[in-house]
Amino acid sequence: MLETIWFVLWAVLWAVYFILDGFDLGAGCLLPVLSKDDKDRRYIYNATGPFWDGNEVWLITAGGVTFAAFPGNYAVMFSALYTPLLMILFALIVRGVAFEFRRHIDDPRWKKLWDICMFAGSFVAAFLFGVAFAGIFAGIPIDEAGHFQGSIINLLTPYNILGGALFVMLFMLHGSIWLAIKTNGELKNRASNFAKKIWPFVTLSGLVFIISTGFATNVFNYYMSYPVLFVIPLMLLFGFMLIWFFIEIASWWKAWFASGLVIGLTTFFGLAGIFPRLLPSSINDQYSMTIFNSASSPLTLKIMLVVVIVFIPIVIGYQTWVYYLFKDKVTEKDLIY
Amino acid sequence: MDVLILSRLQFALATGFHFLFVPLTLGLSILIAIMERKYVNTGDEEYKRMAKFWGKLFLINFVLGVVTGITLEFQFGTNWARYSAYVGDIFGSLLAIEATTAFFLESTFIAVWHFGWNKLSPRAHATTMWLIAAAGTFSAFWILVANAWMQHPVGYVLRNGRAELNDFFAVVTQPFAIQMFIHTLSGAFILSGFFVMGISAYHILKKQNLSFFKRSFQMALTFALIFSVVEVVQGHMHGAEVAEIQPAKLAAMESHWETTAYAPMAAFLIPDEQGEKNNFEILPVRGVLSMLAYHDPAAEVKGLKYFPVDERPPVTLTFFAFRIMVGLGFLFVLLTLYGWFKRHKLEDYPLYLKIMLFSIPLPYIALQAGWIVAEVGRQPWIVYGLMKTSDAVSNISQTQVLTSFIAFLLVYSLLAVAAFSLIIKFAGQGPDPLPLPAEEKGGEANA
Repeated sequence: MLETIWFVLWAVLWAVYFILDGFDLGAGCLLPVLSKDDKDRRYIYNATGPFWDGNEVWLITAGGVTFAAFPGNYAVMFSALYTPLLMILFALIVRGVAFEFRRHIDDPRWKKLWDICMFAGSFVAAFLFGVAFAGIFAGIPIDEAGHFQGSIINLLTPYNILGGALFVMLFMLHGSIWLAIKTNGELKNRASNFAKKIWPFVTLSGLVFIISTGFATNVFNYYMSYPVLFVIPLMLLFGFMLIWFFIEIASWWKAWFASGLVIGLTTFFGLAGIFPRLLPSSINDQYSMTIFNSASSPLTLKIMLVVVIVFIPIVIGYQTWVYYLFKDKVTEKDLIY
Repeated sequence: MDVLILSRLQFALATGFHFLFVPLTLGLSILIAIMERKYVNTGDEEYKRMAKFWGKLFLINFVLGVVTGITLEFQFGTNWARYSAYVGDIFGSLLAIEATTAFFLESTFIAVWHFGWNKLSPRAHATTMWLIAAAGTFSAFWILVANAWMQHPVGYVLRNGRAELNDFFAVVTQPFAIQMFIHTLSGAFILSGFFVMGISAYHILKKQNLSFFKRSFQMALTFALIFSVVEVVQGHMHGAEVAEIQPAKLAAMESHWETTAYAPMAAFLIPDEQGEKNNFEILPVRGVLSMLAYHDPAAEVKGLKYFPVDERPPVTLTFFAFRIMVGLGFLFVLLTLYGWFKRHKLEDYPLYLKIMLFSIPLPYIALQAGWIVAEVGRQPWIVYGLMKTSDAVSNISQTQVLTSFIAFLLVYSLLAVAAFSLIIKFAGQGPDPLPLPAEEKGGEANA
């Protein structure tokens, strides 16, 4: 029971991370797409500036909780995904630093350097998170000792690449909606047009991803035993329609919540189907990491549950306050970056 | 080089680099919070300018601490998978608690402080820096509790082929953890004090913004003096505890080979690990080591030879790192004590100011040395007495680790150069000039 609660919390933490960091990673990917001049780029930096750091702590927490609740899985998953994970971390490092460094030297080459870091870092992180999570849905080649058999090429299956592409596009949609909320004038028009234009592609990729999940993974086998789970892909499709609807009526905050919902549901969609596995083995299901063979002791799970139940609502409370504090559009006088 | 050595080098690099930035975050946040608090209480605009100037340097430093911290949490899984599986029940939960209770607070409110100057009342804005400072301190507490558990595992049972928690309270309150926390935090505060004093000394020497930088210097001086004294006194207690709990580390710190009563200590020596002896010993004084470790000159101190060769830490590195740390620790007391007596007429002591300017790197060296003593001195154990480092490493390929190690080396070096160049540039520029009333009028006239 405890293990199952932790599975749900684990999935929720990763989903929240993708929802929150998703829009600032998406805005990073859009930096070269939506900006015409330096001022546009500064607006884009400032639109995500107050949020990115707090958002990334959800990654630390998701990682920390994987370590605390399922140390066996933490060990196998992160050593198996060694190269992609470190690439993600380097990507997050250079883009994080870009926020702070870019503004300090008024030289176009210096700014260009950090703009490239911002774009490349955001793109690589978004893409590889998608690859990694699609890989988790489909399973990766781990043997009975939990050792990874294969190379990074084995991770780049068509399905996993599709997952990566879907994440990038979802985040770009999420980010363009955020920029439509936070900016004015020309930049806002470009952001909202972009959201309108990319929506059909994201929705189509989402559909293709759901369908290929039936071929590339065992996710639907589990769904068959608990048909109520089919509600998730249905809600996912409904979420895509909601985004379209709110974009059409130019209700950007609602569109943003809808795209957040879609990102969260995409995460749940696959994770619900691998339960009780945390990392399925594509060699033999017997070798999969599950909540049973990798969980911490009941005492640790209980202590951590108390910590999470007390502190996560507090975190949500003050982070909501920060979003509220900086809810207004970025204006000339707010340009810190 | 094999996966083990490469992984150790990579982890040492990643931690050492992270630890270049974190101490300043811990101490400078408190100093800035005090400055801003004074601004709120007195309404003196100079305190606000101080908070903004030091805050600018703080933010550059802060972001490096954040991004290098993210990699650390994941490297236990990537490179130390067997360690993670073995101790995750305890160690992993401490890291997760750190993120949930402290790092969230720090990272969320840093943005409020940075972007919130015009959105919050001065009082509320000053409070955000106090929250950041408190969160940083909490964060350090949890991380050091986790590290202390590796130094001295308590509150666990060996079950299901791993270490499982059976007394959370024992883990969190063990004296060794509290000692490490006070020791590391005091070091961080000294570093921050010297950082502010050094930069202030530069401007006082140049006679720029005298009142601004004298105030900064005096605040930092009081801070650094208090914690330099705390560090020396408490460091001694901490050392006595190491003697008790990690006798092999103590022997390596002192390069003490033979188990003897009345153990001596020499003013200078060079360890000879091959020959299991010391060369060039100068002025060995009988009983001093026994006295320091056990408060009794006749006490027996275990020598390195008492421990099997494969359970001895690297002696030379541990020994010199310890000597450097202790030597610098005493120097910090002298420098701050001298400054305390001259604090009202600092500008009359240019030599002292120059020394303080060039002393900025010294606490950085002392803290890195301290970390080397703690971590290298614990070897060959990753968890003292429980698991060897060589049994902890992941099953990964050499090419993977070599590639990532080179990537860390390159990226981190470039980032360090960029960060410190920016810090030096803005430190040298001094605070933004005050808007002159005359200028504003002139502007209006032109319009």
